[in-house]
Amino acid sequence: MSGGVQATARILARADGRGGTSLPVLEGDGPLALRRTRGSGAEARVMLVGAMSGPLGGDHFTVEAVVEEGARLHVGSAAATIALPGQAKGEAHYDVRLTVADGGELRWLPEQLISANGSELYVSTQVDVGAYGRLVLREEQVLGRVAEEPGRLGSRLVVRVGGRTVLDQALACGPGAPGGWDGPAVLAGHRAVGQLVVVRPEFAADPAPARVLGDGAVIMPLAGPAALVSAVAPDALRLRKLLDEALVSLE
Amino acid sequence: MSRAALLVLADGRFPAGGHAHSGGAEAAVKAGRINGASSLEEFCRGRLHTAGLVSASLSAAAVLGVDPVELDAAADARTPSPALRTAARKLGRQLMRAARATWPSAELDALAREFPKGAHQPVVLGVAARAAGLDAVDAAYCAAYESVSGPASATVRLLSLDPFDATAVLARLAPELDRVADRAVEAAREVAEVGVDALPAASAPLLEISAELHAAWPVRLFAS
Repeated sequence: MSGGVQATARILARADGRGGTSLPVLEGDGPLALRRTRGSGAEARVMLVGAMSGPLGGDHFTVEAVVEEGARLHVGSAAATIALPGQAKGEAHYDVRLTVADGGELRWLPEQLISANGSELYVSTQVDVGAYGRLVLREEQVLGRVAEEPGRLGSRLVVRVGGRTVLDQALACGPGAPGGWDGPAVLAGHRAVGQLVVVRPEFAADPAPARVLGDGAVIMPLAGPAALVSAVAPDALRLRKLLDEALVSLE
Repeated sequence: MSRAALLVLADGRFPAGGHAHSGGAEAAVKAGRINGASSLEEFCRGRLHTAGLVSASLSAAAVLGVDPVELDAAADARTPSPALRTAARKLGRQLMRAARATWPSAELDALAREFPKGAHQPVVLGVAARAAGLDAVDAAYCAAYESVSGPASATVRLLSLDPFDATAVLARLAPELDRVADRAVEAAREVAEVGVDALPAASAPLLEISAELHAAWPVRLFAS
């Protein structure tokens, strides 16, 4: 296969009993380093710091976060993640596994994932939220650096709430992806695509109303206590603006 | 089994209400993204490999006897747009009426009782194909073909596109349709063994976003 890097980062967030959140597990190896930064109120804040660029071809990264009952965790990243071709041939994998217990809250707001020319990366994000848990999750894919053709990028995002799948969505783009991915039904030349998932127990009785935020972004209530903002934009900056506006209007 | 039943089910004149839906073509025409035969072809190709593949897999899995209630929930999770979920259930209900009259079956009756407002159309299509004695691959072809024939015939009306050109688009997509139907059946067999998480989830962001924009128009020719 390949001589790529295997790296795992783990976070465990636990209510400290004094209204705050402690992090009994905060470990990352190789290119996945974690740093605790100043949180606000009851929330612990963690920054994912890329110690080197990647993932490169052949690499397999895994990030796992568990938020226990009553804990509040915010995870960001210091910079965009760039998928690059690398020395080792073959595809790279990036798996994210998130678990939020009843009464826990996770804000998962990393920077963009940029698919550089020649790279091949498959991202899988699986989130399990308790029926009374809360989640805000953002994913942004940028196809190519400035004026560059993208690499092959595959992503799948699965969100379960109370054991029931409320969102299962895959996107395939770049050279070798099934036909039509850049055509009028799928991306139509847009180079940035993003999702924002908000899970909130109150949505069970009072769902977020469907709303159009412009030609390239909508808020959609899912079949379950969750809402999805789906957006496409010409570039990363405009995509972030759309998702930020959507988040404000949901909060 | 009678293979000819597939012709009845896939016939555009089968009274299941599909003609009222454009499969996203109306919104794409308005946005200028479909303006002729070649952009229609790219639109249909993208739809085939995303929504078409998912529908074909759902239909094939229903023929194999996977619980339609679970398939319906899987279809919900793969359809974030509430406008598209509503359209899929409306189409499912219309297809259910036609199918029950055509191929009476206890399984269709049970599904109709479970979802009085309609189950997702591809799930009903699969159960109908099963009632008609068809195979999983037949239902997969039917669903995959509908994912492109709907937008093609709608575009003839929306753009006054030459019907010969629209039909040629469908013919050019035929080899890819074969591959999508094969993949759908493969996935459906896996579903029968390991559960609905094995269903493909290929999505088309602009189909979902545009469906919401389209649903907000005050006047439109097609329902979706």
